[in-house]
Amino acid sequence: MHDNAAAIIKKIQPELNEYGVYNTDLPVIVLDHVIPASDEKTALNHKIIREFVSKYKIKNFFDIGAGVCHQIMIEKGLALPGKLILGSDSHTCSYGAVGAFSTGIDRTEAAALLLTGETWLKIPHSIKITLKGRLTEGVYAKDLILTIIGEISASGADYCSVEFHGDVNQLTVDDRFTVANMGVEMGAKNAVFPPDEITEKYLSSIGVKKQSYKKIIPDEDAEYVKEFNYNLDDVEPVVSTPHSVDNVKPVSKVEGVEIHQCLIGTCTNGRLSDFRVAASILKGKKIHPNVRLLILPSSQYVMRESIREGLMDVFLSAGAVILPPGCGPCLGAHQGVLAPGERCLSTSNRNFKGRMGCKDAEIYLGSPATVAASALKGVITDPRSVMK
Amino acid sequence: MRIWRYGDDINTDMLFPGKYTYTCSTPEEIKPHLLEDLDPSFAKQVNKGDIIVAGRNFGCGSSREQPVVGLAAVGIQAVIAESFARIFFRAAINQGLLLIECPEAVHAYREGDEISIDVDKSVIKVGDRVFKFPKLPDEILAIREAGGLLPYTRLKLKKNKNKR
Repeated sequence: MHDNAAAIIKKIQPELNEYGVYNTDLPVIVLDHVIPASDEKTALNHKIIREFVSKYKIKNFFDIGAGVCHQIMIEKGLALPGKLILGSDSHTCSYGAVGAFSTGIDRTEAAALLLTGETWLKIPHSIKITLKGRLTEGVYAKDLILTIIGEISASGADYCSVEFHGDVNQLTVDDRFTVANMGVEMGAKNAVFPPDEITEKYLSSIGVKKQSYKKIIPDEDAEYVKEFNYNLDDVEPVVSTPHSVDNVKPVSKVEGVEIHQCLIGTCTNGRLSDFRVAASILKGKKIHPNVRLLILPSSQYVMRESIREGLMDVFLSAGAVILPPGCGPCLGAHQGVLAPGERCLSTSNRNFKGRMGCKDAEIYLGSPATVAASALKGVITDPRSVMK
Repeated sequence: MRIWRYGDDINTDMLFPGKYTYTCSTPEEIKPHLLEDLDPSFAKQVNKGDIIVAGRNFGCGSSREQPVVGLAAVGIQAVIAESFARIFFRAAINQGLLLIECPEAVHAYREGDEISIDVDKSVIKVGDRVFKFPKLPDEILAIREAGGLLPYTRLKLKKNKNKR
């Protein structure tokens, strides 16, 4: 749960008083959506959540500034292979990056789970995506998942579990996070990379012991409702164009489209590896005078390491605005809201009409490299043209 | 009764803009913003018993439940679509809002057609044509019969307590 925990708690106040929380070790609450509070109403919501956490001794609570809930789940080792995780946020599907089964639910279901720890799930059909070859220079995991969604469509994986196979060992947990995060944008129930040595290495690097998780791997003779194959060498920089995520075009087809705001960050692409790529493009340069560049780290850890590595200095010198780790601009809740007629190029996961707070604005989605290159030029730009 | 016709991939931002997600949560707060960016006439003109007919993947996007709470609160009799996004589908069960997945009925519908629904028999009449739609499992129908997931959960908690 995130800031919506306030609305969830309010639904079941009498029941909580009578029955308490089913298991105080199970819920994870992260304040990330409207942080720091933007007005009295959101401040009160945060207060209600803090009081609930303290009253019921909820084990896993992360206050404002810690990061986006999905990043926290993976960074703190709360999402592990073989776990079943339900979250009151559609991008809960992100934890397939480390081989968990995770999917989004609504607030009411989260409320019932707090009380009973029980719900129902239909076993989904599976879709197999096999990757072959290698991503070329200037092409990233974001380009891959946007390319896939462009082909499969926003509804093409409805209700299904999407599995990624083949040459996945070149994709780090960060890359897999970007891919799994956007599973819901093709309707998937979850999007999962079967755990392998990359997963194990990552988990060990954050101090998770092998004994604390159980890898679940698809059977050799598993059945799939659909299968897709992608040659990674052929993937090129792409963007989602307004107003749907599956409206994907090669950057070469939209180059030169004027932009007013750039956003690098969010749970999709706000990790250290993303910021390293963006900083390598922006280093020693200034963004175009007609562009605002917002940097939105996905966690406090990412922010601190970015400062330590000098990446934040690169961003500030280029003319960027650094935001606290959270979600705000991505959903138009606060920070970085667009004006009518404006166009934003963002590394986030949704470009629905009105998403960034204004129905008469346009949102394009691309990789951190594409967004950084475009921020320099003031128009949508192929990152490979500035990386040479 | 009015029938509201919409297309494919009607997402949750169109049904209820994200900017209100953390400031509106009660039915009264939600109602004026329903479908605000998709069809501004909807919130003003919708009446109890109205039906929505839509294409593929209705309700895709965010897990916010305000669209479902709002549509249930204004008294939408049913949303009939070719398909639904899964979180929206669950949320509708949890709020007791009737969703009917029936592509044939959606394709058959022409402006001006009357629509009637018989939930017990799982049939829907569009003009003079009749279509069958899939029945939900009994466990899920029990949630709807209880009036939604929270009333259902209250019953369950009470029952478990009495057993102890």
